[in-house]
Amino acid sequence: MIEELKNKSLTELESVKSVDSLEQWRVKYLGRKGELTSILRGIGSLPDNERRLIGSQSNSLRGLLEEQYKKIKPTLEKNLTHDSVDITLPGRTRTKGRLHPITSIIREISEAFSDMGFSIVEGNESELEHYNFDLLNIPKDHPARDQWDTIWLDRPNRDDNLLRTHTSPMQARIMENSKPPIRVIIPGKCYRYEATDATHEWHFHQIEGLVVGKNISFSDLKGTLYELARRIFGPSRKVRFRCDFFPFVEPGVDMSIDWKGEWIEILGAGMVHPKVFEGVGYDPNVYSGFAFGMGPERIAMLRYDIEDIRQFFSNDLRFLSQF
Amino acid sequence: MKIPLSWLKDYVKFDLSLDEVAHALTMSGNEVENIRSIGNIDKVLVAKVIEINPHPNADKLQLVVVDNGTSKLEVVCGANNLFIGQKVALASIGAKLFNPHSEDSEEVFTLKKSKIRGVVSEGMICSEKELGIGLDHTGILNLDSNTVVGTKIEDIIGDSILEFSLTPNRSDCLGIIGIAREVSAILDAKLKLPETNYISQKQKVNSAISVNIEATDLCDRYMGSIITDVSIKPSPKWLQDRLTAIGERPINNIVDITNYIMFETGQPLHAFDYEKIKNKKIVVRRAKNKEKIISIDNTVRELNSNILVISDSEKSIGIAGVMGGKNSEITSKTNSIFLEAATFDSSNNRKTSKQLNLKSEANLRFEKGLNPQLAEFAIKRAIRMILEICGGESYSGLIDEPKEKIISKKIISVDKNYLSNILGLKLDDFIIENTLTKLGFEVVDNNEKWDITVPYWREDVNIPEDIVEEIARVVGYDIFPSKTISDNLPIWSPTEDLDLKRKITDYLVESGMQEIISYSATNMESESRMDFPKDYPSPVFIRNPISNDFNIMRRSLRESILNCISYNVRSWKDPIAIFELGRIFLETNDDLPKEKIMINGAFAGPRNAIHWERKSNDLFDFFDAKGSVEYVLKKLRIPMKFSKFSDDPTFISGRCAKILSGKNLDIEIGVLGQISNKIISKFGSNIPDIFMFEIDFESLLNIYIDADKYNFYSRFSRHQNSQRDISLIVDDFQEVQEIIDIVNKHNIVSRSEITDIYTGGDIVDGKKVITVRIEYQSFDKTLKASEISIIEKKILLDLKKFIGADLRS
Repeated sequence: MIEELKNKSLTELESVKSVDSLEQWRVKYLGRKGELTSILRGIGSLPDNERRLIGSQSNSLRGLLEEQYKKIKPTLEKNLTHDSVDITLPGRTRTKGRLHPITSIIREISEAFSDMGFSIVEGNESELEHYNFDLLNIPKDHPARDQWDTIWLDRPNRDDNLLRTHTSPMQARIMENSKPPIRVIIPGKCYRYEATDATHEWHFHQIEGLVVGKNISFSDLKGTLYELARRIFGPSRKVRFRCDFFPFVEPGVDMSIDWKGEWIEILGAGMVHPKVFEGVGYDPNVYSGFAFGMGPERIAMLRYDIEDIRQFFSNDLRFLSQF
Repeated sequence: MKIPLSWLKDYVKFDLSLDEVAHALTMSGNEVENIRSIGNIDKVLVAKVIEINPHPNADKLQLVVVDNGTSKLEVVCGANNLFIGQKVALASIGAKLFNPHSEDSEEVFTLKKSKIRGVVSEGMICSEKELGIGLDHTGILNLDSNTVVGTKIEDIIGDSILEFSLTPNRSDCLGIIGIAREVSAILDAKLKLPETNYISQKQKVNSAISVNIEATDLCDRYMGSIITDVSIKPSPKWLQDRLTAIGERPINNIVDITNYIMFETGQPLHAFDYEKIKNKKIVVRRAKNKEKIISIDNTVRELNSNILVISDSEKSIGIAGVMGGKNSEITSKTNSIFLEAATFDSSNNRKTSKQLNLKSEANLRFEKGLNPQLAEFAIKRAIRMILEICGGESYSGLIDEPKEKIISKKIISVDKNYLSNILGLKLDDFIIENTLTKLGFEVVDNNEKWDITVPYWREDVNIPEDIVEEIARVVGYDIFPSKTISDNLPIWSPTEDLDLKRKITDYLVESGMQEIISYSATNMESESRMDFPKDYPSPVFIRNPISNDFNIMRRSLRESILNCISYNVRSWKDPIAIFELGRIFLETNDDLPKEKIMINGAFAGPRNAIHWERKSNDLFDFFDAKGSVEYVLKKLRIPMKFSKFSDDPTFISGRCAKILSGKNLDIEIGVLGQISNKIISKFGSNIPDIFMFEIDFESLLNIYIDADKYNFYSRFSRHQNSQRDISLIVDDFQEVQEIIDIVNKHNIVSRSEITDIYTGGDIVDGKKVITVRIEYQSFDKTLKASEISIIEKKILLDLKKFIGADLRS
């Protein structure tokens, strides 16, 4: 019986190739409930003559097996390295692409406004002078137009086509086609006749916003834009509102944020000018509202410390792949 | 607009620090962009000249002994305006001074102890240029004789220049008094206006000159006066210093005073040499076409009938409100002057300046719109100052045309409730009334409302909303509460176009592509690389392009995508998989160009980023582009079909397909294929093969709106399925879709996929082997092998019959 156990256990040991299976083998024979241990435990109940023989055979088998175990264990432990992986090698991923950083910023801002009940609309990039300027209380031959250096289109039989200088013309178009209450933002590309450098580009994006209703107040404007600043720049961000001038609002507002100890203007806003309401057929005695506009490039430049606005349209993958 | 602090303090006194005042002005709408400090130079003291001795080694230099209050020093000086007892600015060793010989007016040097022609100079007597307070370097700065020796120079000449970025509505702030009035309102300080009274000894001015406004629509008011026997000289130093500090070059006393008054009040003035006005007649008229004038900047200007001029009986002597004429300018020989203060039409003035491409400080003010009442204040103030500084005698009275003026008084009624509703806060009546009064408004409290008279200089204030801003900006926007909008929410309406855009963008990103945004404009030469068909719509031209690189709007995104690839191949060795969703512009007969949204994407270069395991020589091909299109359309639940075509020269024929969709799969929504080598070569060398797709957003949107987006779920059988492969020998040109269609027609076929395509070896030329794995499954039961074999035989018969396929044994 002992001989049988000896052959069985040693044969099994030959096929043991890992530390795990060696351990299983040890438990099977030498463990507390192991086959050899059970025999040793049962010796007491055997007749005297058998007891001595089996006792000595069992004990010598235990010595043999323990010796074998100790001998084989380090070899197997060394083998373990062959079995393992180099966890410092780069992992495998399903390749996904990326959004352009401006798309990401526009989405982030859009979501902030969606949460406040705004809907999103887009508009054409070519526009009529009437919508880009006249309906926004920016008359022809008025110095206010100097704020928007304009790229004009050269079209047969028309001289009033331009590339929109801001997303504001959509204010007028939306009001012409709908009734209050209105809460909308309009992201899109805009164009300016401007020499380009690290902070100026002739081609950029803007997010316009418009709220029209009954009893919309200056406090609503402040609250809404303050909320935006907190969402985009963090809840403890310091925000400053100061007086500024845009012909299509009155009073006019500039919102700046505290950025590393400096006030940086990130948004122009104001209460919708009554002339804008009159131009689209709204009664300014019934409705009030506010409008605002901001530049996602500027926000991205601040946030990621981007040194040159022209990076956004360079389409350099070394730039885009970082976002 | 630049304002020296010392000048501002002539009109308003305040104790707050300059930074605090600048901040308050910024918050209320007049942004102080910068505060520049001048004359605050360390190690420069007031000293007195005690001895002047010749330099032993140089004729043009002198050895000057000066007393700086604590010691006597010897310095070398080359100036020729030195005299004994003179008070001068003495820089000691280590002082940082401005380099008078540098083109860069900001360049600073540190004074070192040095020998000049063998004599040690223990310091330097400074010119105003070296101190950074003026441009004069012809001699040293001559300080007032009362100046106390030993005083730090910054206490004598130190000043701060506030640089404003003004908004175009505030023409009144283009005069220093305007800013002073703002300060007085914000800080609740007293405003002190300058004196305007003067004594005139001579007869009525209209006996010596006549003024006729012909162009009455372009000139609201024309005021004038004559001052005789003036002596034309350089202005006194204080006046020159003030003009220099704001960047103006002093000319002579008369011209300097007209400029000074313009900066003080905001009203431009002009002085003509009275003797040169023919027949003592002034006519304000439109110029004749092609009439010429030489302006005081010595430039010949050709005029036209849209331009307003000031003329005498024969010729024009000035371009109204823009620039005077050379023929009547003040010279050292001038004895009598005719002084003009007028109100010209703002938009005409602006057009003139644009037409002549001539901007001036006068035009900057006129184009913003000035009130006729300002002219009177300014001309009286100027006459007083001319008499004081230039001597002479003034005629009595003033020219004031037209005789009948419409001087309107603006009264705005503001409802008290309206004010607190729109601001979201009720302000104390006293605060409102005091704020407006300080700004020059007259306020009458009429119970429920205020009747507010607008001061003449506030052309920008016309409606109650303007009054709201006046109050809010001065008390400060900070005090108004921040609330959430309490009005009703608008009713939701669908925006399927934006939903679709967002989905397409997301799905393309999911399929491994990088979004790009390119310039929307290009030029003909660059665009011609694309080989558009002859009947392609014309481009939209830009009238005033920012550069010739961008003088037409793009008609396709293809060029943008190819530009991006050719730009990146040099520096980017990883896969290039890019897409753009953007607008193109086509000429039409409509009010606006046709704008189309297109989606273009492309793959080029290695398929895998550099990775220890993946093959780096595996390149993108046609099926990467097709795969992205399939992924997007599948996710959108839009049916699709690809069909071969060959009439688009952008692509290699035989390697491109039309993308069809719609219920009947007959609507073309785009194309895809491999870009022709001819085109690629025009974008540079070493560009890998490019595989591009292009989808017309509008066509896709129409299908998307109509598509049955939710009817895609199908129940699946829970019975055992079986898979069997068949290998078919078919013609080389056989499209696999046809095989799949034939296989799928059979009723217990639940799925079929191509698992292998094989040519060569024992396969004869012109043939290939296609292996199809067919999955059989029934909804009713587990199929027996014999049942599957029956169907399999039928499939093989059909394949033989329709496409001549043989089973490979």
